[in-house]
Amino acid sequence: MHEMALCQSIIEIIEDEARRRSLSQVRSVCLEIGTLSHVAPEAIKFCFAVVAARTIAENAALKIVELPGGAWCTSCSKSVEILRRGERCPCCGSYQLQVTTGEQMRVKELEFD
Amino acid sequence: MNSERLVQIERDILGKNNRIAADNRTRFVADNVLVFNLVSSPGAGKTSLLVRAVSELKRSRPIGVIEGDQQTSNDAERIRSVGVPAIQVNTGKGCHLDAAMIGEAYRRLPLLTRGILFIENVGNLVCPAAFDLGETCKIVVLSTTEGEDKPLKYPDMFAASSLMLVNKIDLTPLLAFDLPKTVEYARRVNPKVEVLTVSARTGEGFGALYAWIDRQGRIKDAPERT
Repeated sequence: MHEMALCQSIIEIIEDEARRRSLSQVRSVCLEIGTLSHVAPEAIKFCFAVVAARTIAENAALKIVELPGGAWCTSCSKSVEILRRGERCPCCGSYQLQVTTGEQMRVKELEFD
Repeated sequence: MNSERLVQIERDILGKNNRIAADNRTRFVADNVLVFNLVSSPGAGKTSLLVRAVSELKRSRPIGVIEGDQQTSNDAERIRSVGVPAIQVNTGKGCHLDAAMIGEAYRRLPLLTRGILFIENVGNLVCPAAFDLGETCKIVVLSTTEGEDKPLKYPDMFAASSLMLVNKIDLTPLLAFDLPKTVEYARRVNPKVEVLTVSARTGEGFGALYAWIDRQGRIKDAPERT
């Protein structure tokens, strides 16, 4: 459900940027979503289509760039890639991981007509 | 492609919520109020836990509660019945409280200087994890009837919380609940999470909870290390 709220925020950001540039139609929207963030890209795609209806982003193409998750292992002192929370360190097998990247949810780029 | 029409904006989708949360946090610090955001699945016992805690804590400091539910003001009424001010926020179809709702509700509470604001979030282990409210920290409540693997099933919430309160600990003899396993799973997703066991029904473990709360006040008051 929070995907709807996040898509509302995306639309607000697009409308704000369009207003500041005096542009009226968005052709494409590019998002960056980390694999450890609070949303799944498929859910965002579904909700975006619903929320964008009758806004300047209606019919805009949505592109989502997925960013990998990364963590610092405090056991073996290495930077490692992780796919989800609660995984073992791929190097030493410990769970002592501090997430360092992969939580991003950003509107990266907009293309206007 | 006309490059003038392709704009890099790099804006955080939660930016607006996070800005309001930062304003809330500034206000809480200025008012010297500790703020705990309680999250759990429905039925874990957040309200019962709060009713007991606020009845006891109100003797020594100002206490206020913000209750979040989709519908009804039942929870706020339970808090008010023990003499503590409570604001009910109904999210309607929404599944979480956001920072703007908290800013608005906080203004309607009496001043809580050197006291505590408890926020009882909507019973939902998914959505509230994403929304910073400006709280001092999140407390996740897990009850012994729910099963040990909740932290693995809903890792975001356990990763976002500073304290895991294992409630309904009095029921353990009746259940096949494995506390060490639960703690192990919680620490897989959040190696730093602290854990306390309580029973909102019997009061077991509440002394340790109050000591933990007082410690958060001392951490907050300590001069920042550089």
